[in-house]
Amino acid sequence: MSHAKVRVLVAKPGLDSHDRGAKVVARAYRDAGLEVVYTGLHQTPEEIAEAAVQEDVDVAALSILSGAHLTLVPEVVNRLRAKGADDVLILVGGIIPDEDVPALKEAGAAGVFGPGANLDEIVEFTLANLRRRGA
Amino acid sequence: MDLVDRLLDGDRRALARAITLTENEDPLAGDLAAAVFPHTGRARTLGVTGPPGVGKSTVVDGLVHLERATGRRVGVVAVDPTSPFSGGAILGDRIRMRRGASDPGVFIRSLATRGHLGGLSWHTGSVVRLLDAAGFDTILIETVGAGQAEVEIMRYAVTTIVILVPGLGDEVQAIKAGILEIADILVVNKADREGADGLVRELEATLELGAGSAASWKPPVLKTVATADRGLDAVLAAAHDHYLYLESSGSLQARLERELNAEVRGLVRDLAGRAALDWARSAGAWDSALSEVLARRTDPRSAAAGLVTRFLGRVQRKSRP
Repeated sequence: MSHAKVRVLVAKPGLDSHDRGAKVVARAYRDAGLEVVYTGLHQTPEEIAEAAVQEDVDVAALSILSGAHLTLVPEVVNRLRAKGADDVLILVGGIIPDEDVPALKEAGAAGVFGPGANLDEIVEFTLANLRRRGA
Repeated sequence: MDLVDRLLDGDRRALARAITLTENEDPLAGDLAAAVFPHTGRARTLGVTGPPGVGKSTVVDGLVHLERATGRRVGVVAVDPTSPFSGGAILGDRIRMRRGASDPGVFIRSLATRGHLGGLSWHTGSVVRLLDAAGFDTILIETVGAGQAEVEIMRYAVTTIVILVPGLGDEVQAIKAGILEIADILVVNKADREGADGLVRELEATLELGAGSAASWKPPVLKTVATADRGLDAVLAAAHDHYLYLESSGSLQARLERELNAEVRGLVRDLAGRAALDWARSAGAWDSALSEVLARRTDPRSAAAGLVTRFLGRVQRKSRP
């Protein structure tokens, strides 16, 4: 019998000075029964992509407050693709102006969640949009 | 199996995927374990355990760094607890393992306990074998924050490092009966804090009481400040000495035989039990036996013995020519 668990990487690319939001989201995922790998502050896109590969996560949730999302998100997506991990669902949270959302989606983010996002909604969206992966 | 070839070839995604299949008890996991087994037994395993907050992950990060400096490839298995309420987990060991984060000679995998007690995950042994087959020379296994009962690490790690810090107070008394006994190396981390020397003396005195013959291994007590990389080279040197001691005394081979013996025995019990249960359920014998127990006409042990006897009788009839 298979006991698959959904695994999520919660990562903070860039130079943000705090991670309260990321921790709140990590906890919401845990409380929904998901396994959350949390990697802490100041991660480079390469570190995030490598962690996503090693941890074989279904989802990479990137929390960005610094305003550098238009650079960081495509960078993470590119690194993941280069490693063959293009089946990871990419989510972005943090302080993201509405006008940047289309560009992030264009870059590969499946969902973008601003400061007012509801935690249940984030978890629901995540579970509804998982991509099936083969061995 | 393509996945196995890729894993043996050092493909990191294949290794990561194989670990997931193993953890999920996927139907493919058995074949996978069988295919990699001939390629295992080469890696050296080091266990790192101790109470919560003593700096286990930071010590692991430092040991990875030192091992990499000698050119050895390092795998890390870091275990964190699963929430008993939601079944979810937050795996945070990577926060302190930054130096190996983008090094192709390092592979770190976080595992949740998924309900297993003992300080590790159900599948720790299998995951270690996958890393071994993928060519990692040293495999570090970090347990959940552990105290008295979480001694399972000694099954999977050839050398067990137990970490304590000054200021644990009475907790050290409790630990003396538990994880202290399994230590091959004792580390007093955060040794720049007050009370470090006192703790070292206390641990040395405790070890003195339990000391075996002159020829047996005496666990050293070493001081470290892992956040500043102080003292970790001595820890690694002690681990090396311990390995040489096990090898030269013949204990390494004896230990391996003991563990494999125990593993096969455990699996025979498990598989035989499952076969008996599957038969009892499908033959309807299960429901009738259980209702006898619920009515208190038969005790649980007699009911189980009855089922096993009938199952074995059936197996014998089937195997007759």
